[in-house]
Parts: sequence; C-alpha cells; structure tokens
Amino acid sequence: MLLRHTPKEVADRKALTINPAKTCQPIGAMYAALGVHGCLPHSHGSQGCCSYHRSALTRHYKDPIMAGTSSFTEGSSVFGGQSNLLAALTNMFTIYNPDLVAIHSTCLSETIGDDLAQIVKKATDDGKVPEGKKVIYCNTPSYVGSHITGFSNMCCGIVKGLVEHTGVAKDQVNILPGWVEPSDMKEMKRIAKDMGIKFVMFPDTDGVVDTPQTGKFEMYPAGGAKIEDIATAGDSIKTLACGSWASEDAAKLLDGNFKVPYEVLDIPVGLSATDRYVQALASAAKISIPASFITERGRLVDVISDMSQYLYGKKVAIFGDPDQLIPLTEFLLDLDMIPTHIVSGTPGKRFEKKIKELCAEKAPNVNVKNGERADMFLMHQWIKNEPVDLLIGNTYGKYIARDEDIPFVRYGFPIVDRIGHSYFPTVGYNGGIRLLEKMLGAIMDKIDRDAPETKFELVM
Amino acid sequence: MSEENKLPDPSKLKEEILAKYPPKIARKRAKSMVINDPKLDQEIQSNVRTIPGIITQRGCTYAGCKGVVLGPTRDIVNLVHGPIGCSFYAWLTRRNQTDPGTDGDNFMNYCFSTDMQDDNIVFGGEKKLAQAIQEAYDIFKPKAIGVFSTCPVGLIGDDVHAVSRQMKEKLGDCNVFGFSCEGYKGVSQSAGHHIANNQLFRHVIGLDDTKPTGKYNINLLGEYNIGGDGFEIDRIFQKCGINIICTFSGNSTMDKFANSHMADLNLVMCHRSINYMAEMQETKFGIPWMKVNLIGAESTAKALRKVGEYFEDEALKARIEEVIAEEMPSVKERAAKALEKTDGKVAMLFVGGSRAHHYQELFNELGMKTVSAGYEFGHRDDYEGRKVLPTIKVDADSRNIEEIKVEADPEKFNPRSTEEKLKELDEKGLEVSDYKGMMPDMADQSLIVDDITHWETEKLIEFYKPDVFCAGIKEKYVVQKTGIPLKQLHSYDYGGPYAGFEGAKNFYADIEKILSTTIWKKIKAPWTDKAAADTCICAEFVA
Repeated sequence: MLLRHTPKEVADRKALTINPAKTCQPIGAMYAALGVHGCLPHSHGSQGCCSYHRSALTRHYKDPIMAGTSSFTEGSSVFGGQSNLLAALTNMFTIYNPDLVAIHSTCLSETIGDDLAQIVKKATDDGKVPEGKKVIYCNTPSYVGSHITGFSNMCCGIVKGLVEHTGVAKDQVNILPGWVEPSDMKEMKRIAKDMGIKFVMFPDTDGVVDTPQTGKFEMYPAGGAKIEDIATAGDSIKTLACGSWASEDAAKLLDGNFKVPYEVLDIPVGLSATDRYVQALASAAKISIPASFITERGRLVDVISDMSQYLYGKKVAIFGDPDQLIPLTEFLLDLDMIPTHIVSGTPGKRFEKKIKELCAEKAPNVNVKNGERADMFLMHQWIKNEPVDLLIGNTYGKYIARDEDIPFVRYGFPIVDRIGHSYFPTVGYNGGIRLLEKMLGAIMDKIDRDAPETKFELVM
Repeated sequence: MSEENKLPDPSKLKEEILAKYPPKIARKRAKSMVINDPKLDQEIQSNVRTIPGIITQRGCTYAGCKGVVLGPTRDIVNLVHGPIGCSFYAWLTRRNQTDPGTDGDNFMNYCFSTDMQDDNIVFGGEKKLAQAIQEAYDIFKPKAIGVFSTCPVGLIGDDVHAVSRQMKEKLGDCNVFGFSCEGYKGVSQSAGHHIANNQLFRHVIGLDDTKPTGKYNINLLGEYNIGGDGFEIDRIFQKCGINIICTFSGNSTMDKFANSHMADLNLVMCHRSINYMAEMQETKFGIPWMKVNLIGAESTAKALRKVGEYFEDEALKARIEEVIAEEMPSVKERAAKALEKTDGKVAMLFVGGSRAHHYQELFNELGMKTVSAGYEFGHRDDYEGRKVLPTIKVDADSRNIEEIKVEADPEKFNPRSTEEKLKELDEKGLEVSDYKGMMPDMADQSLIVDDITHWETEKLIEFYKPDVFCAGIKEKYVVQKTGIPLKQLHSYDYGGPYAGFEGAKNFYADIEKILSTTIWKKIKAPWTDKAAADTCICAEFVA
C-alpha cells in the first residue's frame, strides 16, 4: 500500500498538516501574471520559491514557464531585498525585454517587511523602468490563504497597475475567469463571442501556457490579455467575477476604483453554473441568448439523461479549490450523484456553508472541511470510514485511488501525470460533456474490469 | 587531445552573450564561462550568488537538504516547519524509489507540514511545531522525525533544534532532530546538502555498532535511487559479493545510516552533495573514501575494479571480472545498435553538481560529443578537481554554512588502511580522497558554463545546434520549443534506471529513441516549407 500508515480512526490534529489540499500564494500570483501578454512574472524572495513554482507549473502544463527571482541571500534577508529587486528589474528589462514585470512577494520578503510599493516607486524614479514598460506588484505572504489567494491578489495587482479610467464608457463586459485552465478561458471567451458580446478577459493564459511547437521558442507567446485591453476595463459596463475566491476581490476593486458594477458567479462548471454564466452574460450585455445555446445545452442534458443509470446514487469524494468544488458539487447533485467527502485547504468560512446548503436536500450527510488541516489525509480517512465510488481531484489523488481501488478523475491543480487539461475545457456545456466522459470512463472501466466473464457487457 | 577533437572556438559566442548584459553583470558572468583547455589549470567562478533577475536554474538550500539528501529515506517523518508551499513542492517530485517490503515503514508518499499561518509568524511557531511533532508521533510512531526550517522560521527565530531536543526527550523512542536549511542560506541547493550531511552525522551516524556480516563492507555515498539507479547498483554489488551497508541516501533507512560507520570503504558518487560525509567519516572513524562513477558501463566496470584493488583480494577481483564479463556483452550489443543513430551526434549538459560530468560517460559510449556543460550548483572542485580546494576563497555566503569540527573518535576510530597504502592506491588512479573534476575530461574548446542563465541557454543552442540538451523540468519545454529534444537528468523523464550496466542499456535505448523520434522532423507545416511545397506543386503539375 502506498499510504499504508493512514489509519481509519480520525484523530483530531491541531498543528500537523498531512498531504495538503492546497499550496502557497506565490504560485497563484505567478500563474495569474502569465495571463497578461508580454509579462515576465517575478518572485521577490529566495530563488527556491521561483524554482519550485516554475517547476510545478511546468509539470502541469508541459510548456515553458518563465519567471525571474530576486535570489535573496542571507545578507538580503537581514538588510532587505531592495537592492536585489532593483538589480533584478534592470537585468530583466535589459536581457529579456518584457512589456511588463509582475512582482509578487514571498514569505521571506513579507516577513522582513520589504515594501514593494516603495521599491517599485524607487525603481521608477531611478529610471530603472524603461519608457513604455510597466511594473505591477502584489503581496503574497505564503502563510496566509493559499495558492488561490495569491491568484486573487495578482488579479488585484493587475487592476491596480494596469486598469485606467478614461471616462468614455465602453460597451463591453469584464470577465474574470478565476483560476482555470487555458482551455477553460478559451471556452469562456468562445461562449461570450458566440453570444455576440464584447468583453475583456483577464488573466487569460490561453495561448501562453498551451503554446504550439513551431521550432521557435517565444519568451512572450502570442496569447494573454493585452495590456491595452486590460486598461479599458475601467470603462466596461459590468464585471462578471467567476469564482468568489479567485476573482471577487479584483471585481470589488474595479467597482471601488472605476465604478464598474460586478456580479460574482460560480466558475461555469456543469449544467446549472453554465446556465447562470450564459444568463449573466446575456443580462450584462442586455442581449437575448442565441438559439445555438439551446442546442449546446441540450447536448449536455442529452448525455446526462442517456447515461444517468451509471451515475445515479454513486458516492463521490472531491478535493481541490473552492471555486471549482462548489459548482462541481452542484453538478454532481444535478447528476444525482452523492457528494460524500469534500476538502479544500483554501480557507474561507463560506465554503462549508455553501456546500452544506447545496447538499442539504440530496446529500445531507456530506463531510466537508476547508482551511487548515482540511487535507487529503483527512479525506482518505473519511473514505476508509465511508467508501466512495469515484474520486475527483488533482494527481496526488492517485495514491488514494490505487490503495482503495476507487475510479479516479484528474481535475484541478496540479495534474502532472496526464495531459488534456490545457486543451479540453471542463467549463461550459461542452466542458460538462468532457467531465462526464471522464467520470463515466473511470466508473465504467472499473465495471468492465471487475465484471465476471458471464456478465461482461458489450453494449453499455 | 588531438587537433581534430578540438571543438569550434566559442569565443565569439561568449562575447555575444556578454554583450547583452549590463557591464557589471557581463564582468561577473564572464568568469563563470570558461573555454576549456584540458592542458591548463583554468579557474571557473562557481558557488557564488546568482544575479537577481537573470533567470537561473537554481533552487534553494531547503531543496538541497530536504528534497535531495533526506528525501529518499523512507522511515523518517520529514516534517517541514513553514508555510505550506515548501513541503508541497518537495512532495514526491524527485522520483526517489524505495522498497519498504509489504509491511515496512514508508513515509515518503506523505507530505508533512506545520502549515504556518500569520499568527505563527507574529507570535512564533515553536509551540505549533512541538504539537505537530507530537501528532506525527502519535499517528505514525516513526523511529525518527526530521524538522526542516524554511525561510520565515530563521527570520522569526524559531529554535527548531531546541524544540527537537525537547521532543526527543519527551517521546523517548523517537530520534527528533532539526535542520537549519532556510532557503535564503548559501547560494543554491548546495548549502542544503552540507547542512543535511552535518545533521545526519551529528544525530544518526555511529549509533549502531553491530558488526556487518559481509566480507567486503562499503557505503555508497551520493546515490539517490532516482528511477531505481540504486536498485541496479545494489544488484551489481551483490553479484560481486560486495555488501553495501548503507547508500546515502537512496532506498535508505535510519538503521542503515546508524550502522554505516562500520563500513571499510566509502564510495562517493555525487561528490558535490556528499563529500562532507565522506570526509567526516574518514576523520572520525578511519574509513577511506574514493570517487567513483556508476553512470556508464565502462565507468561502472572501472568503479568495481577500484573496489577490488582497494580490498586487495584476488577472489574478489576475479569475481568482479567475472561479473563484468557477464554483464558487458549485452551492454555492447545494445550500444552497437544505438550507435547507428547516435554516433557523431552532439550533446550539452547543464545539470546538478555531478551529473553534468557523469553523464558525459554515457554519451561517450554512444559516440556523442559533449560540446558544452556546466553545473547548476557545483563548486570549483567539481569543475577543476579537489586540488583547488586550498585556494577557494570562502565568501560570506559559504562562511555561514556550518563546518563541523570532527576529530577521531576515541573508541570507534579504526583506520582501515595506512597512509602509504592509500597513497599507493591513489597513484594507481583510484582517486582516493580525491576527485579530479569535470574539466580535465572535457574536450579542448568545449564551453563550460556555471549556473547557466536562460539567455545563455538560448545562445548556446543557436551556436551549437545540439542533438540533445540535458537539463531539468524548467528547461525541458523551453528547449524543446526550439525543436531540440531535452533529456531531463534529474527525473530521467520518468524513465531509468540509468546507472550500472542495465542502466546504461536503458540510457542508450532512450537516447536512440529521442534521436529517432519522427515528430521533430515534422514541426514545419508542409505548406510553409518551401522545398516541400515546391515538390508538392510540381507533383500536382505533373499529374
């Protein structure tokens, strides 16, 4: 057994996290920064942080992930990292010529109290930021929140640093997609486009971390939200913030600074959340929903109705990030599956409340926990006490899946042992079909594997 | 080195690379790029601070300590004291294989963290750490718990050593000890290796004096069982009748560490990460060490023969020759097949603190030329050989890494050999207490680059157009986007083993595979490739 030391009995832990269902803020900031075209993310801290984040994102995307680091030494930790950051900015602009450097802090630079605003101001005043280039920043102390918090903080950094107020209203909607895959961002844009809506989406990693093989390495790939487009977000009619954890703070900033009203939505995972996304887009842009969406939606409903016998009543354990888990739970309920165990390392009191509300009628006994020590070790123990028919989560779930022989669907971050997430969305009606395909595939492979020869089915 | 083996002069390339840098940076980087002349003693600047913003391959001290050295030990709970990320990123990402049997302790699949929150940063995290140790003990009953400090821990002044000491006393049957391996220490992973060596030496080595049962008892130092390398090495040594008491630290256990001072010889694979242990064990217990390389079939044979020479035992020597004779034919056969694809091809290696040297052996066996190489976190002795050790200036960053004062143990010191004898063996080429470094083995005018930057990587690829580039995961897809395959030499691209005889065969096959992969020739769409497009039009016209 891979996790042979995990006991069935759940003991209360007050200090020890085992097999976390989260990671730290800066990686989220790095990922969000990659969603701006021409941006070089920069990690202000010890170089290990940058190395780990680049490695983790690279394993997940199998694509180049470029970023700089301030390479703190013991000296900089004592005397402050200002000179390292100033040197880094000069070097990055000279050698790598980005349009924009997006700095995030780390637990190191936060603990010693480096003031990014002051350092960036000094860099600008000292002429270390070339004409026409930009530097934005955000604080991402690793000991607060999770990787999602870091993503959210960089979204705020983008709003603070790049959005302008021209006073000329624009007939466009801001879409904050939340921490989703490039394929998801592409699909969310496709839906808006097909509805004939003008929009600005940021961050947008479509075309940044899913780049084509052309024989030429592009340090700044073609994709990403354009700085000049982001600048207009202050003139938009509305902001749709997908995922409260990842996008709400940036939406609030757009409202506070530029009077752009916002609506917080779930990431459009599954039938109901996609219904709301499509309706919210239509209502924000004051258009009616094109007939083609009835067809798109109908396909998803059709697949569910065709296959519901394999889904009905099946117990599911899921782990990952709140913005995904909430609509995923709702989708499972739409499928008549039973969300049974749910953990997320990302804190936020409203998570448990929201999950319990969703499950109140159909899965009132759901085990749910988030925040500190809401980890995969606890979820595994729950599974030992109440087995499930399906496990959905990032690659680390495969250890539990194998030990307990549970069909497993890879979903979330990081996925480091399979491909597909960069290219095939799980959002929207089409994404719902892909999720279903994966869930059914996992469940039905087990049926096939375990069926006695007499009961082995050709048609399912 | 004959003239024909001389590589093209990269002086202009070096100039072009440096021209892009701000003048101060150019001056600094110039010293880390050396056009090799194996006849000369050339100095290369290494183990110095990375220039901020330059885009480096390097990681941190914590990574070297927890990830590299202690990561592969299965029966210790490695508890990371810090915010969640540090433990998360080092969770199962280094492919250290281990074999705990059906019921042995194995905590390597788990990730342990105190997950420090802001109030722990403000009010201190020692209480939480003590509580976490208690909980880990209550749930897992491990024989040891290692505590690893991350950046904020050092800054707020949590004393992980005091907490570990108290908890060790309190628990009674669990060896708890700490590592001050904060990420900002030193200049790379390298400092973390040193810290790991120190603490293992201080807290574990020498605890168990049980006399080993084997006739020829050795330790293998600096082999981490990535992709099962250690298993292949174990197989070969077993076959020769040589008993490996402990490998540092692939497939290791706390008991093996504790008993390792009973060995009669230490073999050092990765000089960079583990030479400290070899030296300390020699001083304290009288165990000589020699450098070996078990990457490459010929060098594996050479290493085995060195062991035979050291023990001066004809039966052992004969057995070793038998094993080599048994293993080599299938290796040669596999190489011959691969050579059809690999002979004359060009490789570059920028990785590690030993691998960039070791893997050149395998490329030699494939008839491939290494035109440029460098370490991510090597020191001058890894490039130029240990002869330069007395002349290395210790800078502020290295001075802060503890050097343990070691003396001969009044009871356990037992010199396994005499100075004269060891000198004689060294003269025979056994590299006793020595490592000659990478540069003497590299071709004339090859370009050696320490702590290579992204910009330099791009320029080198443009100049050399290598057939295969060896580095790590961060570089993997950057290089491949230029149309050149990259072989990961940290993770082996999830293959391996590459050590020993079977490993050599695997490597030949994998490089043959890489160089024969069709897709690299199909990168250009047919309608954008002018020659192909013309043919296409002609064909149409003729039809």
